[in-house]
Amino acid sequence: MPAIHVENIVKRYGKKKEAVTALHGISLSVERGELFGIIGPDGAGKTSLFRILTTLLIPEEGSATVNDLDVVKDYKAIRQQVGYMPGKFSLYQDLTVAENLEFFATIFNTSIEEHYDLIKDIYVQIEPFRDRRAGKLSGGMKQKLALCCALIHEPSVLFLDEPTTGVDAVSRKEFWEMLRGLRARSITILVSTPYMDEASLCDRVALIQNGKIMSIDTPQGIIGSFQKPLYAARTSRMLEMQRNLLQMPGVEECYLCGEYSHVVTQPAIRTEQLIHYLQQHGHDQIDVKPVEPNIEDCFMDLMKN
Amino acid sequence: MSSDVIISANNLTKIFGDFRAVDGISFEVHPGEIFGFLGANGAGKTTAMRMLCGLSMPSSGSATVAGFDVYKEPEKIKRSIGYMSQKFSLYEDLTIRENIRFYAGIYGKSDAFIKEKTAALLEQLHLRSEANKLVRSLPLGWKQKLAFSVAIFHEPRIVFLDEPTGGVDPVTRREFWNMIYAAAGAGITVFVTTHYMDEAEYCSRVSIMVDGKIEALDTPAGLKQSLNAASMDEVFLKLARKAVRSGD
Amino acid sequence: MKQFISFVKKEFHHILRDKRTLFILLGMPVVQILIFGFALTNEVKNSKIAVLDPSRDLSSISLTGQLDASRYFDIQEELHSYKDIGQAFREGKIKLAVVFPQNFERDLLHFNKAQVQLIADASDPNVATTLTNYATAVIMDFQNRITRNRKLPYTIDTEIRMLYNPQLKGAYTFVPGVMALVLMLVCTMMTAITVVREKENGTMEVMLVSPVKPLKIVMAKAVPYLLLSMVNIASILLLSVFVLDVPLRGSLALLAFGSILFTLTCLALGLLISSATSSQQTAMFISLIGLFLPTMMLSGFMFPIENMPLPLQVVSNLVPAKWYYRIAGAVMIKGLGFGAIWKEVLILSGMMVFLLVLSIKKFKIRLA
Repeated sequence: MPAIHVENIVKRYGKKKEAVTALHGISLSVERGELFGIIGPDGAGKTSLFRILTTLLIPEEGSATVNDLDVVKDYKAIRQQVGYMPGKFSLYQDLTVAENLEFFATIFNTSIEEHYDLIKDIYVQIEPFRDRRAGKLSGGMKQKLALCCALIHEPSVLFLDEPTTGVDAVSRKEFWEMLRGLRARSITILVSTPYMDEASLCDRVALIQNGKIMSIDTPQGIIGSFQKPLYAARTSRMLEMQRNLLQMPGVEECYLCGEYSHVVTQPAIRTEQLIHYLQQHGHDQIDVKPVEPNIEDCFMDLMKN
Repeated sequence: MSSDVIISANNLTKIFGDFRAVDGISFEVHPGEIFGFLGANGAGKTTAMRMLCGLSMPSSGSATVAGFDVYKEPEKIKRSIGYMSQKFSLYEDLTIRENIRFYAGIYGKSDAFIKEKTAALLEQLHLRSEANKLVRSLPLGWKQKLAFSVAIFHEPRIVFLDEPTGGVDPVTRREFWNMIYAAAGAGITVFVTTHYMDEAEYCSRVSIMVDGKIEALDTPAGLKQSLNAASMDEVFLKLARKAVRSGD
Repeated sequence: MKQFISFVKKEFHHILRDKRTLFILLGMPVVQILIFGFALTNEVKNSKIAVLDPSRDLSSISLTGQLDASRYFDIQEELHSYKDIGQAFREGKIKLAVVFPQNFERDLLHFNKAQVQLIADASDPNVATTLTNYATAVIMDFQNRITRNRKLPYTIDTEIRMLYNPQLKGAYTFVPGVMALVLMLVCTMMTAITVVREKENGTMEVMLVSPVKPLKIVMAKAVPYLLLSMVNIASILLLSVFVLDVPLRGSLALLAFGSILFTLTCLALGLLISSATSSQQTAMFISLIGLFLPTMMLSGFMFPIENMPLPLQVVSNLVPAKWYYRIAGAVMIKGLGFGAIWKEVLILSGMMVFLLVLSIKKFKIRLA
């Protein structure tokens, strides 16, 4: 049995007439012990999905289970078993680090000592600040404390809604290292993020946009499903190069990607043709090479369909 | 001030109590540049940006923005810059047209100018048919694009962008950057912060702040070379990992 | 139980660490009592009075002179007939009228006993009481002086008449009124705000996705404010009794019981408001406008209910503060026992149970 099972979930907000649909019939399944990523931009419906699974919202249609418990009927039982870290920092800012942790331990009928080995690796990083008010911690530290609080009762399923949003690259990296550590303890983790590059750190991901899931697969699987040729191109005049390439027959897309632009073409187009075309248009310092797509390339490709 | 410098900071410092939020930073930005201002959370980016925008008085050091002194002429600075952040940009309960009208009005633009430019802007953003809809009803990506357009509507010399693309989908993110390029091409200097390291590559030059100081400042290529890194991501990690302090 | 205690502890941390709010919560009742107290019992100096003296003999003129000489009074006019008195009051020219009988000196010398009537405008009961007390003192002083070398004392009786508000309503009644206001403010508004604050900060989301029962969250919020309210009641009572000389005639236990009852009603109201709102500002506005004003206007504290139009009188029955105000007034000022207030207690209990059940029922176990 999967740890999380979602079937045809529809979520609408607002009154009948002007209702906004946040989720258009989403289905997915997360295996026990999996680190599953929900990847998509703001407004894609990630938070709605998380709130349904954590029993905070009731879907208009469809059904979902967590640990085989129904998210509507068995909400009480689910609340005993899961850990949840909402998108917004949601600890008590006027309580200290230690007070927050103790408080969350008692409301889950446990103690810091009972599952200390689970949070130890994370907690030691914030322990030097144990008497500091949570509101005075840095972004990265807050995330660590929130994760500790969500883990304190050793949940079997952990829901992390955009834990790395607005956090700098270093803290993000550290946070993902912690998640990999938890995965080793066979806790099922559902995590959402708008940063496409984080997808590669998950076992499987669902790419979500406008309330619909575009693809569910392993990161490699998703990259593998990108069938078209993809090139990275660079010249001394990038903007003009983009404009030129978009007019070249056989080129479907050309967009910025780091120091290069990525060029999606029809199967017949080869590197030399691109170089030749750019030379014809008077570019210099031309650098064109085939590249492996990344998740963002795949996401944009799927968005077009 | 020489004519090819639009922002210049010299030993700029801001101290809160005994905390040196910004610790003697010095740099110059040239007109038409896209200047990436990176740093970990708590490195002092926001504080530095506030001083340059004339919102906060430096504790010591000097700085000029668009030729105006941050101590003596903050009001003149405010007239010459545009500002946009992820958190605050537009009034959700005003329509698109009302937002444009309001912001243009703040800068004392003439009605004729506003009318003409609003039409052009709505055309360019493909928002003509939505002009009288509430901003609230727009998708995030469109909001951000509109907010950027509004920030440069009064044709400022410099625009400050504070994490303008946070949470925006990848396609819109690129459209946004194309708008930034267009603005830079039109001579507007762009001063931008971001957490997306691929965006750092799009900048003309990038500075990386660590613990209140500018740890590195160069072109993306130059930074990668000097730190022997394959990507800006690696550059950032190598520098920011040195950080000792934490705070927001 | 451990859960509950840790919850309460957390609430206390919130309260104690927000020094400014705590200061307001504890300081507000003190300030209110002092403002009401001193605004109403302001020392009276050079109050304008009138004299009606049909006898115009040595004694009455001498007494009038003494009244005028006192720093409290300033004789504004000599009246010529009893009818003029009402006129002078209505025009607001005077605060007190001194009326001598026809043959003041003769009464005094022949019967050793004369009467002086003091008529005061009791629409401001405190001032009226103070003025008549001062006038009586001046008259006693006069009486003692003329009696000095005589075996048989002269006595001057003062007969006091209060115009417009003969029962002196309002004299001390502001104290139970302030108690009702303060409890309403602390309990209703603060509970509403703390619950909504958790919604705003997102902590409520985490609380809901935990095994804690909503009832526990609610009760834990109530405990600190209940205690805080008891502290406020105590400070109000101490100030009233020792600084303002307002008597506490009835049983303290009965008063405390009534106060707890009312506090719980307020807490339930606060919770109800918090379930219906999602921002702290809205919660505050609803508490202020929806509850604070009716408490001021319709509890009988500022304006006598019996003088209101009938529809308002009916509406006033729905205001819990009205019933508490009656209980507190009866116990404190009139010194009555449970027998006199059982009806009010019953009504308030009913309201409390109803609101508490409703607020727990309405407490959202999910978002939106």
